[in-house]
Amino acid sequence: MNVKRFLAVVKARNLEFFRDKSSLGWNLIFPILMLVGLSFVFSGEGRSAYKVGVIDLPSVQSSFIETRYIDFIDYKDQEKAKIKLEQHSIDLIIDFKKQYYWVNEGSPNSYLVEKILLGQQANFERLQTHGKKIRYVDWVLPGILGMNMMFSCLFGVGYVIVRYRKNSVLKRLKATPLSAFEFVSAQLVSRLFIVMLMSSVVYTGCNFLFDFYMLGSYFDLLIIGLAGAFSLITLGLLVACRSKSEELVGGLLNVTSWPMMILSGVWFSLEGAPDAIKAIGDIFPLTHLVAGARKIITEGATLSEISYHLWVLVVMSAIFLALGSYLFSWNTER
Amino acid sequence: MSEVIRVESLVKKYGDVTAVDNINFSIEKGHCFGLLGPNGAGKTTTIEIMEGIIRPSKGAVLYYGKTVDESISQQIGIQFQHTALQDFLTVKETLNLFTSFYQKTVSHEKLIELCDLGEFLKRDNRLLSGGQRQRLLLALALINDPEIVFLDEPTTGLDPQARRNFWQLIKKIKRQGKTVILTTHYMDEAEKLCDDVVIMDHGKIIESGTPKALLSKHFTDVYIYLASEHVDKKMIDKHGWKVEGERIEVATKNVEKTLSFLIDNKVSLQGLHVQSANLDDLFLKLTGHMLRD
Repeated sequence: MNVKRFLAVVKARNLEFFRDKSSLGWNLIFPILMLVGLSFVFSGEGRSAYKVGVIDLPSVQSSFIETRYIDFIDYKDQEKAKIKLEQHSIDLIIDFKKQYYWVNEGSPNSYLVEKILLGQQANFERLQTHGKKIRYVDWVLPGILGMNMMFSCLFGVGYVIVRYRKNSVLKRLKATPLSAFEFVSAQLVSRLFIVMLMSSVVYTGCNFLFDFYMLGSYFDLLIIGLAGAFSLITLGLLVACRSKSEELVGGLLNVTSWPMMILSGVWFSLEGAPDAIKAIGDIFPLTHLVAGARKIITEGATLSEISYHLWVLVVMSAIFLALGSYLFSWNTER
Repeated sequence: MSEVIRVESLVKKYGDVTAVDNINFSIEKGHCFGLLGPNGAGKTTTIEIMEGIIRPSKGAVLYYGKTVDESISQQIGIQFQHTALQDFLTVKETLNLFTSFYQKTVSHEKLIELCDLGEFLKRDNRLLSGGQRQRLLLALALINDPEIVFLDEPTTGLDPQARRNFWQLIKKIKRQGKTVILTTHYMDEAEKLCDDVVIMDHGKIIESGTPKALLSKHFTDVYIYLASEHVDKKMIDKHGWKVEGERIEVATKNVEKTLSFLIDNKVSLQGLHVQSANLDDLFLKLTGHMLRD
């Protein structure tokens, strides 16, 4: 590996990307438009009943749990229930055994359900917590950013390599001492830099607009982002490793990206989906990127808690990269 | 003169199609060597095997007696027939990019002067004219100060003035002592530039040698052309002259004697034109079809 040659190709590719104003603009504007649109569509409350978390619900004898228009949800773990309360997913937590309840000071619903509870159980001790409401836009954010990364990685690497091959840029490079490994690594690193930079800019920009929910660490988010982007880039490389036809590779990239759009949990949770659908979703790198990032953002998960997703992404990247490099062709012979 | 490249029993097949069919030739150091032939003759395939870009089905290419391998890319310069340059880079940035690939390089000032790139150094590659592009591609081929330069149809698609400018450039490169290997389907280009030529058709070599030697081997006659309307028909029939549209062709080994004969017989010399055979005529004679059919 000659570092001078490698860096020269990275620089050339970065210049090409940042000077292509239409593509650059689209990479920035598309995710922002999606987020703004979705935040409008899902801005209504759309919920009439209150939700109350109850610790060890089956053992509770109180007549309060018979109250109409309140859903009672069983929680074994108080900490999990507290996160849900802080995220405004539930409005109150009651522990009947210990005779106390938690309210979310920032939630009007929590205030109202507390009044109903005190009508029956005036002697319960009051504990309070704070928490910003988790909105759909907070939940969908890792999905939108992940989807944007997926398109940028797959098409940005796949299409560009096929275009280079078709118009003989690759052939010209092959006639120099530049090795395939140097060329491919430069494409990977350049795209990784571009994707991470673009995603950071979009996240930071949108954060001013939406003040996103964030329970975990930004460093952990960066790590899962890098792992996810890398596996998507290597997938793009694999798809484009031999073909000279933009039409064929365009089709292949669509076949690769659309199932991920639908089955990787970008738009809606796959919690209640059939096991077969979840199993299919698990073979896509985007699923692991989005799931990992979402756990960090909405549940405050640490890297060790999302290590399953990280490992899957690392293994996928290794397989895609090995296959892509092995099958890579500068120029498909006539 | 020492031999730089030897091509031995070279064969290249694509499925059932034989693009190059058992060809042999050698190239002398410092010569301009021309691979001539019509489109599809196998010129590009041959030159790309010599460059190490594609592998032969059989046979070998030897550089100073050794088989070609990957290290050759440091020593040769290549200008392909169809090459796109990376979009959104300027000419100067493209030179920088290619400079970074090689251990030994020529200074940019020299290249810019030699290939006359000064006027459009800051221009995006996409905005270059045909001639400017070819000059940049030639500069890229020369960037590692190669001993051998391969030019695959470098003037195809250029206007006559740009072609002539490009010829001057190739002559300058030759004066630097470099060996130039050129493919072309323009016979005038080969006659102007090449010391040795190989003529290919359907993957085979049909003739080789210096342009002059080939012409004198195949053509002893010089052709005198006259306007047919001023020449008596009986005279034409009597001497068996060939009528080509509005002119007649008189083939002769001695131009002076034939001209004296025409004057003595009061044949009008209006529209007189004397021409020796060229490589186009040679190709027609060898293959029975025109070069660009």
